[in-house]
Formats: sequence, structure tokens, C-alpha cells
Amino acid sequence: MANVVVVTSGKGGVGKTTSTAALGAALAQAGQNTVVVDFDVGLRNLDLVMGAERRVVFDLINVVQGGAKLSQALIRDKRVDNLWLLPASQTRDKDALTEQGVATVIGELRTRFDWILCDSPAGIERGATLAMRHADAAVVVTNPEVSSVRDSDRIVGMLDSKTEKAEKGECIAKHVLITRFDASRAARGEMLSIGDVLEILSLPLLGIIPEDKEVLRASNMGAPVVLNSPASAPAHAYMDAAHRLMGNQIDMVIPSEKRGLLTKLFGRRAA
Amino acid sequence: MNWSMFFKRGNPSAPVACERLQILLAHERSEIGHSNLISTLREEILAAISRHVAVEPDKVQVKMDRGPVISTLEIEVEIPNGAQVSRLAANA
Repeated sequence: MANVVVVTSGKGGVGKTTSTAALGAALAQAGQNTVVVDFDVGLRNLDLVMGAERRVVFDLINVVQGGAKLSQALIRDKRVDNLWLLPASQTRDKDALTEQGVATVIGELRTRFDWILCDSPAGIERGATLAMRHADAAVVVTNPEVSSVRDSDRIVGMLDSKTEKAEKGECIAKHVLITRFDASRAARGEMLSIGDVLEILSLPLLGIIPEDKEVLRASNMGAPVVLNSPASAPAHAYMDAAHRLMGNQIDMVIPSEKRGLLTKLFGRRAA
Repeated sequence: MNWSMFFKRGNPSAPVACERLQILLAHERSEIGHSNLISTLREEILAAISRHVAVEPDKVQVKMDRGPVISTLEIEVEIPNGAQVSRLAANA
């Protein structure tokens, strides 16, 4: 059965697109037929992060408006066979997305894929509500920082009231994905801890993605971090998160702080 | 004696962030709860009226003004003249 998952946050710049690409790639690598759908009409970026920006011919709006078939707009990833991208339009207005059109496209995607990951635009406007509208589950991407947590809380309220499932009286499965986490700063009390964020949002934790230079490096290269540097800490964290999304029980590892020269020399003795 | 105290710069700010967020969100959640209350009231009022008179859904306005001591609920329903009395009411 197909799973429609919205990757959302309210606040911009917290890592929705990076996380959509990485989770999508991890699910596809785990053998799942996966499509990542960019809902950020006018400000698309998932194509760029996936390294498919020069292969976009038709987009979500073309499909919604009937100007192209779904199969014409879907772009197959060159690295992972069962990973596909449905790009957003860069030139159109966000109002070009209609509720009925989105419902039809999602319905068609459900027949072809196991996982449909919807990359939501930032904000709480129409684009964001359309991205979450048909979701079965939500990944709420949050940075351990006050404005991000506040906006996530707002988005959780919307997931519980504005989605199709919520309107039917059913509950949408919500998970929090904490990104840009710096364990050493959290340990020093300079950053909200994982416990703080979970207590405030009262959502189950899908994963903790450490702040890591490999994340930026991967988007520079146009590849999801799980494909670009599979051995890195963020890649592992995303792979674990993808498996948890699939319902597997995987122990949560809090990414440890980076070891500097001094801790490398004296760390063992101190511990 | 904790040696790390000598290296600490100022007080940790995370507990402050946590407390501020908890206070703010408690307030915001209750506010949003109110907007749910209004939409629920609106739907139920609309349902009650439309059992007897045909009204357009967007002609029912529900507003809540929250004052320090009391709050007022303002309900405005626009019924077109010569509105069709619904079958249910006619049968009653």
C-alpha cells in the first residue's frame, strides 16, 4: 500500500528539501519504489538538490492542468533505479495548483509508488496546506532553535485540522526529524536538547541529523547525502530515519560531538 | 568541584529558550483552540439553521471578541427574502 508523507516545517531553511531528498534516496535504496514531489511552486529546489535541474521538461503544474502526462513529468534518478522526482514549476504562480488537480495526481502516484514524499513549501499558506492535504503521515523537520520549534508546533496544529485524514476524524501519523543538531553545544546548554524539543512538541522522534559539512557538500554536488557520502554521520542518520518510517525498530543514536585534538589525546582518560 | 565551571562562558541559554517556548506555546495553543471553537460553532449553527431554512454556507458569520472580563460572540446569518423553507421543516 502506498504511503503519502509530507515533509513540512512551517519555517524556511530548516532542511525540508535536503531531508526529502535524503529520505527518498534512503527509501529507494531499501528497495522501495519512491517518488519525491516538489510542492514549492515558484521556488523549486528539489530538482537542484537531486542533481536533476537540467532534466526538467514538464512539471507538477503541467500534470495538474493536463498539459502533460504524469509519466512525461516524472524524472528517474540516474543513481538509484527506483527513485523518481516530480518537479515543481519555477515560472508559474502557486495558485496554479488546484485542490482537485493535486488530488488526482496524488491518486495516480499512489498506484505507481510505495512512497510518495511531498516536499512542502515554507509557511502556512495554500502551498503548504496542499502539500499536506492528502498525507497519511508527516515528517516535521525542526532545528533545535526557538523559532523553528514554535513554527513546527503551528504546523502540527494544521496537520491535525487541515488534512483530509483529520477531516475524516482519523489521525495523521506525525514524526519529528531534528536537523542541524550539535551535540556538544546541546551538552553545554547552548542549544535546546533533544529532550526539550520532544517534550515541547510531544511527537515521536524519527531521527536526529547532526550538523555536518557533508550535508552542504552533498547539495553542492547535486546528490542526496545518503548517496554522496554514505559513510557520513548524517547519511547514517537519514538511513535510520527512513527505516523507522518503514516501521522498523532501530535504536536512536544521538550523534556524538566532534572530537578535537585535545579530546582525541585525553578523551579516553577523561571518559 | 566541577572543573568545567572554569571554562564556561556565562550561563547556559537553552533552559531560558525552553521555558520561553513552553509559556508561549501554551498561550498560542489555547488561541488556536479558540479558532477551532469558532469554526465548530459556525458549522453547528449552519447545520441547525439549514434544517429549517435554505442558507448559503458563506452567509453565516461567527465572530468572537475577547475582552478582559467577558467575551462576546456575534452571530450574523443572512437569509434571503422568500427563502425556501426546507422540506424537513415543511413536513414538521
